[in-house]
Amino acid sequence: MQGLIGKKIGMTSLFTEDGRNLACTVVQTGPCVVTQVKTIETDGYSALQLGFGERKAKNVSNQLKGHLSKSGDVISQKLVEFRDFEIEKSLGDTITVDDVFQAEDIVKVSGFSKGKGFQGVVKRHNFAGVNDATHGQHNRQRSPGSIGAASYPAKVFKGMRMAGQDGNRKVTTKNLKVLRVMPENNLLLIKGTVPGHKGSIVIIEK
Amino acid sequence: MADLMKYVEEQVSVGNELPDFKPGDNVVVSYRIIDGDKERIQDFRGDVLQISGSGISRTFTVRKISNGVGVERIFPMNSPYISDLQILRRGKVRRARLYYLRERVGKKARIKEKRTLR
Repeated sequence: MQGLIGKKIGMTSLFTEDGRNLACTVVQTGPCVVTQVKTIETDGYSALQLGFGERKAKNVSNQLKGHLSKSGDVISQKLVEFRDFEIEKSLGDTITVDDVFQAEDIVKVSGFSKGKGFQGVVKRHNFAGVNDATHGQHNRQRSPGSIGAASYPAKVFKGMRMAGQDGNRKVTTKNLKVLRVMPENNLLLIKGTVPGHKGSIVIIEK
Repeated sequence: MADLMKYVEEQVSVGNELPDFKPGDNVVVSYRIIDGDKERIQDFRGDVLQISGSGISRTFTVRKISNGVGVERIFPMNSPYISDLQILRRGKVRRARLYYLRERVGKKARIKEKRTLR
């Protein structure tokens, strides 16, 4: 597996050579610093821990500062571990977009979706609601309806879809195509949409 | 982030240099059509109803009456298939979106010409 950490910049559109106008997302990807190299001998598995972005030293615990001091002076904003990274890198190296991604690659992107707050079942679970304002209905147009039977089973089953927090959870979108790589500004153009708001951190894996 | 978006839009732009036209203008859009391996140019003549969007995703809507039926077509400003755009007539209109033309037919659907002093 290979991947990098990035920041969602925004969306735009792009004409392909066969004449289709594609919606695409711009992601600033890397450069990432190798903050830890895990090997089978020492850790039982092989992985690279990468850091992205920057944070002020006063906002970071001493433990994290100590850990990051081994790889350089920069205090990374986000640390992510990638199992079985296919590129050989050592501690303190930087990895840029063009090291990992080429145009036409198929990637998966994960991030935190936009938070919607506490939402009802119509928005959160695509329930239909009542769809009727008359015929005996009042004040229940967006209600969930029945949530179970009667004295048997005499309880509401776990996992019943109800109102609650919507969005702001980890979402992964698979099979997205890389349309273009712009190494001069560490940018990646990905076909389609990517979870999260502008400026949110996303993880791009190949 | 805004700088980066600007940079990307410059990179993916086709670089069409269209004349400065406005809603109400009568224009001819020459559009390249690829038909199998042949390519021909089709003209679409009509009034510009609106220009919408910003940056690279700007589009404009052209409306014409074809055989008594209103036809509207939306063109992306950044389309590589626009080979030419000619302004035939400048219109004198008082709004940016000329949706009212959709409900008008015949003489009522005319747009006054904007005359500039020489």
